[in-house]
Amino acid sequence: MYQFSGKLKTFSLALIVVGLVGIAYSFYSAPKTVEEAKEIIAHQASHGDSHGASHGEVKKDAHAQEGNDHHNATDNHHSDAQNTHGAHHDAAHDEHVFHQLQNKPWSALYVSLFFFLGISLLVLAFYAAQRVAQSGWSIVLFRVMEAITANLVPTSIIMLIVVVAAVMHWNHMFPWMAEGVFDPTSENYDAIVDGKSWWMNVPGWAIRSVVYLLLWNVYRWMIRKNSIKEDTANDGGKTFKFNYNSSVVFIFIFMITESMMSWDWIMGLDPHWFSTLFGWYVLASLLVSALTVIAFVTIYLRSKGALPAVNDSHIHDLAKFMFGFSVFWTYLWFAQFMLIWYADIPEETTYFVARFNEYKLPFLAMVGMNFAFPILLLLNSDFKSIPWFVVIGGLVILAGHYIDIFVMVMPATVGAQWSFGIPEISSLLFFIGIFIYATFSSFAKANPIPQGNPYLEESEHFHYYNIEHRGESSDHH
Amino acid sequence: MESSKVIHAFYNDDEILMDAVKAVKAEHHHIEEVFCPFPVHGLDKAMGLAPTRLAITAFMYGITGLAVAIWMTNYMMIQDWPQDIGGKPNFTWWANMPAFVPIMFELTVFFAAHLMVITFYMRSRLWPFKEAENPDPRTTDDHFLMEIPVHNNEAELTALLETTGAVEINVVDKH
Repeated sequence: MYQFSGKLKTFSLALIVVGLVGIAYSFYSAPKTVEEAKEIIAHQASHGDSHGASHGEVKKDAHAQEGNDHHNATDNHHSDAQNTHGAHHDAAHDEHVFHQLQNKPWSALYVSLFFFLGISLLVLAFYAAQRVAQSGWSIVLFRVMEAITANLVPTSIIMLIVVVAAVMHWNHMFPWMAEGVFDPTSENYDAIVDGKSWWMNVPGWAIRSVVYLLLWNVYRWMIRKNSIKEDTANDGGKTFKFNYNSSVVFIFIFMITESMMSWDWIMGLDPHWFSTLFGWYVLASLLVSALTVIAFVTIYLRSKGALPAVNDSHIHDLAKFMFGFSVFWTYLWFAQFMLIWYADIPEETTYFVARFNEYKLPFLAMVGMNFAFPILLLLNSDFKSIPWFVVIGGLVILAGHYIDIFVMVMPATVGAQWSFGIPEISSLLFFIGIFIYATFSSFAKANPIPQGNPYLEESEHFHYYNIEHRGESSDHH
Repeated sequence: MESSKVIHAFYNDDEILMDAVKAVKAEHHHIEEVFCPFPVHGLDKAMGLAPTRLAITAFMYGITGLAVAIWMTNYMMIQDWPQDIGGKPNFTWWANMPAFVPIMFELTVFFAAHLMVITFYMRSRLWPFKEAENPDPRTTDDHFLMEIPVHNNEAELTALLETTGAVEINVVDKH
């Protein structure tokens, strides 16, 4: 049985504490008034560094685009908007920057939160898929996957807090929740968003958010309990069949809630914009990250001797999934871009204009990190079973998909005011700490080998014909 | 000549065949060829054949296909007959690159797949109207055949093969 060592526990708690301090600091240092925001911007500009220099240009772009948005939203008020725009320009701009700076600590927290919540959720979905497929190879990895899904509980709780905060207007990440957006008499009235009000309304959004989290957590709690029960059940496969059935139901629910979750929690940040394959795109990003995390935890636990039944072929298979879903992600990333680029409809292109103007480096670096690098590194079959290669490839994949989530969220919430500093890093540390604590304390609570699973034998003898297991004789079959 | 004599050992199960190949190799006999009705994973390694280089050629063919696609789209759409499609005039290849990505992808796959198959046929000396080389038609149905050249050790080989679960052992003159 694996022991969650005191050293690792202290390390994870230290990460949580450091992260919390950083998060508290970033909330504390966010501007409280428009004047403070102006001061921060002036302070940045007075440094005269390259960031300050490029800043003015970027702001202009953002403004042009914002004007565009306005133009589309209120076509019939065209001349009105033009006139008032000039008059209110400076005040409106300061107000805008102030809101972006206020959103910053929330967005930093939200990016990391969504990344870790999504990874835990996709590990759960991958695990359910293994049960539904009745696959043989992955049984010895079941307890690793179950342990990772333990992270779903704390991240769901924090997500719930963020949802409540959005509803209570403590944060303003979702522009459609602002005052008067649905009120035709209001200055803030937005005809496009109002047209979507049957879906985009605060009560509906809040109820759906709670329902998603509840459904996922109920399945996780149930399958974990019954998976451990399988070990000693000895009931002629009755528990096993029950777990199969509940996983079938979960996969069905998951596919629907995952898409809806990505509309509500990510696409709603840019309420004018929509993309029909966005749910898939988010799924691909989170799935490849989830498989990388499974590979990491497996490699770590195996190096500690906690997974004696895992051999090189299991690592090889995980790396194949990492490779395959990296290609899948790229396919969706490009498919989404190409259709919007070709059609060139302003309502759709705003999404990419914002990312190309203000996020060029992360937006393009992401393609290298999530596509070119893993493809070239993991193309060779032999490399896929060497832990070192998998870890190097995986680190780049995880960083790349963090950036992917970052570029999904930040342009809508903080616009040109983005940076990667204390708020972002401390949020990451906080969630890494929670992840380590939740995963390894959960792994220590159950037998690392699912004794009662009928496919256990097959998984233990899993050997991909084309590779040799290191530390075993070559004719082991 | 003595060395033109070969032993044909027949098996009716791929697992038994694999163990037999390993047993024969363990005694340091050379296996000339194994005829199978379907591919048996790991057989090449058990027979001691060098790893295939087909994957490397496939990679190079893919790169070739990518290069051809870039050249082709540039020649057709930019140089030879520029067209304005959907309000996107073709001034440079780069500005229209997203439109060409599907073509680049398809030609990469097309070149890699077709040229790899052709390479495989050439390396296996297969072409249209080629006479079948397999010594027994049962190897296209449900039998596996291991061919071992005989060097004055017919009795020893036969005895060894009999212990490996062969269903039939024939000594034949190879022409």
